[in-house]
Amino acid sequence: MRHLLSTTDLDRDAAVALLDTAEAMAQTQSRTIKKLPALRGLTIVNLFFEDSTRTRISFEAAAKRLSADVINFSAKGSSVSKGESLKDTAQTLRAIGADAVVVRHPSSGAPHRLAHAGWIDTPVVNAGDGMHQHPTQALLDAFTLRRHLADGRGDLAGRHVVVVGDVLHSRVARSNVDLLATLGARVTLVAPPTLLPIGVESWRCAVTYDLDAALTDDVDAVMMLRVQRERMTSGFFPSEREYARRYGLDGTRLGRLSDHALVLHPGPMNRGLEISAEAADSPRSTVVEQVANGVSVRMAVLYTLLAGDLAGEGDA
Amino acid sequence: MPGYLVRSVAPLGAERTDLLLRDGVVVALGRDAASQAGSEDTVIDADGLVALPGLVDLHTHLREPGREDTETVDSGTRAAAAGGFTAVHAMANTAPVADTAGVVEQVWRLGRDAGWADVRPVGAVTIGLAGERLAELGAMATSAAAVRVFSDDGRCVWDPVLMRRALEYTKAFDGVVAQHAQEPRLTVDAQMHEGVVSAEIGLTGWPAVAEEAIIARDVLLAEHVGGRLHVQHLSTAGSVEIIRWAKARGIAVTAEATPHHLLLTDELARSYDPVYKVNPPLRTAEDVAAVRAGLADGTIDVVATDHAPHAVQDKDCEWAAAAFGMTGLETCLAVVQQVMVEEGSFTWADVARVLSHTPARIGRVTDHGRPIAVGEPANLTLVDPAARRTIDPRVQQTASRNSPFAGRELPGEVRWTFLRGRATIADTVAVLAPSRTGAHA
Repeated sequence: MRHLLSTTDLDRDAAVALLDTAEAMAQTQSRTIKKLPALRGLTIVNLFFEDSTRTRISFEAAAKRLSADVINFSAKGSSVSKGESLKDTAQTLRAIGADAVVVRHPSSGAPHRLAHAGWIDTPVVNAGDGMHQHPTQALLDAFTLRRHLADGRGDLAGRHVVVVGDVLHSRVARSNVDLLATLGARVTLVAPPTLLPIGVESWRCAVTYDLDAALTDDVDAVMMLRVQRERMTSGFFPSEREYARRYGLDGTRLGRLSDHALVLHPGPMNRGLEISAEAADSPRSTVVEQVANGVSVRMAVLYTLLAGDLAGEGDA
Repeated sequence: MPGYLVRSVAPLGAERTDLLLRDGVVVALGRDAASQAGSEDTVIDADGLVALPGLVDLHTHLREPGREDTETVDSGTRAAAAGGFTAVHAMANTAPVADTAGVVEQVWRLGRDAGWADVRPVGAVTIGLAGERLAELGAMATSAAAVRVFSDDGRCVWDPVLMRRALEYTKAFDGVVAQHAQEPRLTVDAQMHEGVVSAEIGLTGWPAVAEEAIIARDVLLAEHVGGRLHVQHLSTAGSVEIIRWAKARGIAVTAEATPHHLLLTDELARSYDPVYKVNPPLRTAEDVAAVRAGLADGTIDVVATDHAPHAVQDKDCEWAAAAFGMTGLETCLAVVQQVMVEEGSFTWADVARVLSHTPARIGRVTDHGRPIAVGEPANLTLVDPAARRTIDPRVQQTASRNSPFAGRELPGEVRWTFLRGRATIADTVAVLAPSRTGAHA
């Protein structure tokens, strides 16, 4: 594996191997001394063109626990508004001596360009690009699901995951549909028709507009997507209250889930909009656990990319 | 002035014959050609070559004035000649915009001075392409540039009242309104065709309906006021259907398709390489098939390049930051040969129709798009259909490098182009006009 740009880069075995590596990383994190020497002497650049404290901190923690040096480069706004091109920024970081670039960018495909345009030759990890992909988020979600639903082993064959919310603008939804399907899970997307992309019918999942109907269908996990409030002013839905009534996970809907079913949210949550406090704070909620798992998964990704010989991976 | 004796050439792919070009016209055809030729005339062995009337492009961006870093009238028309064109329509979205008689005359003169191809400036429909007030269309029509094609290309004349007025007003001087059909509200931040691929790769969609809704409105407006409408770079199967319907109703509408919409699809966006970013966007394989079928049955009247040169930095970046557009003058004929001639739906006479006769008629260009006959202007191009080329933007005449066909093998090669009897391209080599070398003959 040279880069991690999209969950579609991963076949079942590669995905399971990454999750297994993440599980091994997680074991080390219960030790008193959490730091491993694996990436000592290597420099990882976090190149963030969008605000994202959570994801950046998670990558930073992952890199540091593998003993890598970390440079954080925050370029708020697009490269264009900054006046410097993505190409020049990337080449600058390469010249500084980056061994890997973790990139978050508002434009879909920007990490793909970094990896393939011939500007730099370092491994690229996509930390979220526009409306395209956020593969480490999908991996940490799968990791969390696997721990609860498959004893932390193998894949998610036969499990049913319902993903609810703004699918149209969501890189989390795209990454999760691809990865969960690859891992054998059944996925159902639930959203108002305005927040589903034209073309969604070709995705490896079912689609419905009816949350209550979806929740009666042997659900193992419900993943709530963040809904940005500006979507309402753009006319994607009439009001926050109507959205919450039709697509919010409230106490009543929570009560209809079977005992083992989980509630996931990538954060940050809009309490009262897509998720009620009751659901967010319930024992089923894995929101906080997802954050912890994020570090293990990102350690596994960086380890696999940068210590590839040790991990024995091919080019995925 | 010595001329050219073109031996054993196949006009429009028909039977081989000889042509004698002298003093800017075709002076003899067949046996007369050789017998009238003198020893001073250059003899061209054109065995295997097809002669076409010089091609006429209804849709070229020459970028001058304003973006001479990407193309000039000189480099752009040299590229046109290399592609077999003898006349091009230069779009109005320059800086300053070609919305006055002064600017269109400047562009027209630059073309005349360059000497590679006749430049027919397109006038902006609205002042500054702003879509608010009509530009002085009449002044541009009566200027030395004799503008007949008006377009805000790059922007849609969205206001239905303004579009109506433009269609009405241009009737006074036999003008045509060439519309860039793009409903702006349906295409805010649009990056690529809205469909399966955009859904997957997360780029904001440019739906087919945004083009079709404007075309449907405009053909009805044209019917209502009796004006002449030309639909630019039609790209969807639905648009073909609407034009077919409009023509059946007798509405005065013509339509163009670009080479890229005849060959390339939205699947190419998966590479996120902005060389494939264009407006309207590359569509699906079904749309490509429908556009080809529309061209084959005459629903689509012409092929136009929408040659849109861009600076390297405007393409060597992430997709959303990149400019829309691709070059096309030097690959247009090759693409038409591949997708229409080699697929069996076109003869070379059809090629001449969609790339010369009809675009000249739409643009009211009187001395181009003429038959290959004695007494006609010697605006011709000689093509070797058996040649095959791998497209390399670095060796093209255009000043820009954004060809979506780079690395692709395409058929055919333009060997000679004649503008009023002068070889602008001589055995694939561009030849400067004598007025520019000082070597007046």
